Amino acid sequence: MLVITCPHCGPREESEFSCGGEAHIARPLAESSLTDAEFADYLFLRDNPKGLFLERWRHAAGCRRWFNMARDTVTHEIVEIYPMGSLPSSKAGKAAHNDSWRRDTAAEAAAKPASSATGTRGGS
Amino acid sequence: MSAAPMFRKSAPEQICRAATGGRVDRRKPVSFTFDGRVLQGFAGDTLASALLANNIHLVGRSFKYHRPRGIIAAGSEEPNALVRVGHGARAEPNLRATQVEIYEGLYAESQNRFPSLKFDIGAVNSALQAFFPAGFYYKTFMWPASMWMTYEHVIRHAAGLGRVADDHDDPDRYEKTNAHCDVLVAGGGVAGLTAALQAGRSGARVILADEQNEFGGWLLGEADVTIDGKTAADWIADAVAELAAMPEVTLLPRTTVFGYMDHNYLTLTERVTDHLGERPAHLPRQRMWKVRAGQTILAQGAHERPLVFSGNDLPGVMLSGAVRTYINRYGVVPGNRTVVFTNNDDAYRTALALHGAGAHVVIVDLRRDLKGGVVKAARAVGIEIMSGSAVTIAAGTQRIARVEISPVNEGASAVLDDPIHMDCDLLAMSGGLSPAVHLHSQARGKLGWDERLLCFKPTTVHEASFNAGAGNGVFDTAKAMADGLRAGTAAATDAGFDIEAGTPPEVSAPQQNWRPLAAWKIANGKGEGEGPKAFVDFQNDVTASDVKLAVREGYQSVEHVKRYTTLGMATDQGKTSNINGLAILAESLGNEIPAVGTTTFRMPYTPSGFGAIAGRDIGELFDPTRLTRMDSWHRANGATFEHVGQWMRAWYYPQKGETMREAVDREVLAARTTAGLLDASTLGKIDIQGPDAAEFLNRLYTNSWLKLGIGKCRYGLMLKDDGMVMDDGVTTRLGENHFHMTTTTGGAAGVLDWMEEWLQTEWPDLKVYLTSVTEEWSVATLSGPNAGKILKAAGVDISLDPSDFPFMTMREAHIAGLPVRIFRISFTGELSYEINIRARYGLALWKLLMEAGATHGITPYGTEAMHVLRAEKGFIIVGQETDGSVTPQDLGMDWIVSKVKPDFIGKRALARGSMAAEDRKQLVGLRTRDRRTVIPEGAHAVLDPNQPMPMEMLGQVTSSYYSPNVGASIAMAMLKGGRALLGGTVYLPMLDGKVIEAEVVEPVFYDPKGERING
Repeated sequence: MLVITCPHCGPREESEFSCGGEAHIARPLAESSLTDAEFADYLFLRDNPKGLFLERWRHAAGCRRWFNMARDTVTHEIVEIYPMGSLPSSKAGKAAHNDSWRRDTAAEAAAKPASSATGTRGGS
Repeated sequence: MSAAPMFRKSAPEQICRAATGGRVDRRKPVSFTFDGRVLQGFAGDTLASALLANNIHLVGRSFKYHRPRGIIAAGSEEPNALVRVGHGARAEPNLRATQVEIYEGLYAESQNRFPSLKFDIGAVNSALQAFFPAGFYYKTFMWPASMWMTYEHVIRHAAGLGRVADDHDDPDRYEKTNAHCDVLVAGGGVAGLTAALQAGRSGARVILADEQNEFGGWLLGEADVTIDGKTAADWIADAVAELAAMPEVTLLPRTTVFGYMDHNYLTLTERVTDHLGERPAHLPRQRMWKVRAGQTILAQGAHERPLVFSGNDLPGVMLSGAVRTYINRYGVVPGNRTVVFTNNDDAYRTALALHGAGAHVVIVDLRRDLKGGVVKAARAVGIEIMSGSAVTIAAGTQRIARVEISPVNEGASAVLDDPIHMDCDLLAMSGGLSPAVHLHSQARGKLGWDERLLCFKPTTVHEASFNAGAGNGVFDTAKAMADGLRAGTAAATDAGFDIEAGTPPEVSAPQQNWRPLAAWKIANGKGEGEGPKAFVDFQNDVTASDVKLAVREGYQSVEHVKRYTTLGMATDQGKTSNINGLAILAESLGNEIPAVGTTTFRMPYTPSGFGAIAGRDIGELFDPTRLTRMDSWHRANGATFEHVGQWMRAWYYPQKGETMREAVDREVLAARTTAGLLDASTLGKIDIQGPDAAEFLNRLYTNSWLKLGIGKCRYGLMLKDDGMVMDDGVTTRLGENHFHMTTTTGGAAGVLDWMEEWLQTEWPDLKVYLTSVTEEWSVATLSGPNAGKILKAAGVDISLDPSDFPFMTMREAHIAGLPVRIFRISFTGELSYEINIRARYGLALWKLLMEAGATHGITPYGTEAMHVLRAEKGFIIVGQETDGSVTPQDLGMDWIVSKVKPDFIGKRALARGSMAAEDRKQLVGLRTRDRRTVIPEGAHAVLDPNQPMPMEMLGQVTSSYYSPNVGASIAMAMLKGGRALLGGTVYLPMLDGKVIEAEVVEPVFYDPKGERING
């Protein structure tokens, strides 16, 4: 059971939160030239790393706000919590973001035109 | 409680109770019942100490062989003495007699015996022991597979450990509480007390928990220790008094820290009244503490290990430290002719205690060169010591009666000479100490093997945690206190409090060498597996031979051997057996102990009742029940109810003598011939405001929303981004930037979360604000040809003419002066008004409408009639026709999917190639050949009912009712390639062998042209 520091409410029990899975999955626009296989990268494929994972969380039984969290899935260490629409600032978090296979996908490229800074589920 | 006190005169005297000494109160005799015998102990006794005071060692039968077993320990590690305490609904099995405090009238029974403890039929297993090797169940109950159900029944009956309370609800009350502290100390022995004192003196908020009734741990059983010039008992009393006086310190005796989870989250069970005969009504039986600790100090102490020799499980064979505890703490001397069998110095203190209590003592020591303080002390009082020797065999029937003692080699793997025989009634054994590292390991702390002390002890911690005292491998009292002081200082400092390091107390205790001799399996002079069994795990009946057999059969991993032999798997989690088992395994594998490693320690540390874990979250308090404002009317008018999520909804309103079918038929007919009234308050309602509200809805729903006029309603279908239908409902534009959305009753919370997720994570640039208003509005839906007349009769102040108030619009109005929003929408296909009113007027509105409609045939109808009415019209229910794998096209609702919008949630997914597959399940109607046969919902359809099994399924019936308006059975189904089957025939084979034949039709059974919508 984690203690999670909600950016709005402060430290609270994990039981107040719900996990929304992998963060930084850019949503491609419906009208694009993506093949079904490329679109599947966005729709179906989710990472399940052993180690640092960038996730979306929601303070479900509190302020109901979403935020991003960099959590080590082995040690349960919470490396950083950062707002929706922004990127991790810790060295480990940045590396996890930059090293993701998603950065090179057509699905992510197809999301760009929307609105560059915000038009992705969990930050660009 | 029982009427035991009346037998007090007949209770036998406590023949093994010393005249003086111990912490029991001899002025307070306590009567209790064990296996029907009324016995006496004293206040302060555990059930175990009281039984031993009455010279009762035999207290249970073992798990597999039903061998007679006695008490071997004095604490929670006890593997044998499991008892069932209490009567009837309060009976609780598998309690350790060593932890059960006696009270007047206590009722306890032994376990695993039939018909009686002294004569047990299951003991025949012991005679057949050759047939019960390791992995017995895996090897025996294999074939034929069809017999497995029988095997399981036999195994469970024969192998169950204890018997739960008879079939009653638990009558006791349990509580849960949350706590935060700076420092949690688990274990209140010398190290824990010292640590808690030190942390407490710093001003930190401290919780000190100990599983025993008194703080002090092992020190309660030592008579030869003084601290700062005080007796051990006085030092403990002073320490506890000082802690109790600290305002920030919470003392929790009788409280087991049973789980240690991430981020210093620990779970404790406090046994609040289990030790009381008369239990105050205002107190819960047990209380579960959920503690979030800043720092944790683990001071759980150590467990003494048995020695593994033939016959080591006989009653009367006990752990050495336990014997000393019974003498010094309880004033009980558990034997007169005693043998102390050891590989270390500590057992000499037990020998001295036995000697001091008047027993005859012989020490059998596996070591050769004996020297040091305790050895000298034993020699000085004339105790016989046999060095380099072992008890090779213990013999007796239901109590140890004699031993064979032989000289052995260094590791006791070979017997060097013929044995001598010696009579005895007690054997105290000591195989060294194992730190109780359970919590440390649960919290993923690492362990290291100590070659000198022959034990695993903590190395590095994973959480903000410190180990101290015997649990840290520091067994010496003085050093353990210094270790506790260190841990207390460090924890308080890390928690942000200032405290000086302090100086450890002056301790006077016997000088002893804590290094045991490695001798894991004592030879008995016979061949492997011959002679009496040598047990490693007493509770699960695992012998040294079982472990060796597992290795011979190819098992190498400690985790596999554990599961194959069941070593360490019972309720005691191998507290006394783990290290002996590992060592024998390592020896058999020809490997080092640290290379073999340990099994994973899991919570709970000791068994913890579900009662405390559940607390008050049972029955009505398990989950909230939501009631509408009209609920009292429904109840007063005989409604039956169904659960819809947390809501209780009126299901139908049977009149006198009506069956459900008759009632529903009447309600359904009324809604189409006169008028029906439905309580629709449970529908999810979301208030949507903001300049981008229309744009947001346009992205959320599949159809277009930008141009919806103010006051107009529109039906919408919501998809997940995979293109599958997730919810539907009618949304109304109240103003330029203001919408009122309705969702399904069950989907309301999920839809709100879904919308928030998209707003916050994907489209934060949209200015939209969402508020759940489900419970702000009561809703009465008036439906049927007379709906308008009734609304007028009720005094509505607007024109209901369809040209003034057309279908799919909303009007604000008043009824009897009360402001309402009336939505002209319809889930029945009839002229229908959904009247929304501020929630608190819901009941008034309902009564007003019932009164106004009395002369117009108004009939209240429930959810069942609502389902039939909408099915007659072919309207879907999300979650009934759909299951998360259904697209709008599958439902024949392509008309609601915009072809011009550039994007909406699910748009791209609908364009996937697989979405156009012809064999997707599609919504169709079914008309049975026999018009009165109603197909069971969930029935599967096939094309050819005569095909061999397994049949090729087309799909399933999702809705099915008798429709009194159609005069026939109607059904909706999701069938593969269903649209192409229109006009054809499908078959629905039933479990009883009958086959229902049905024609595939359009899923609209009534008024297909929609001519009734204006009444």
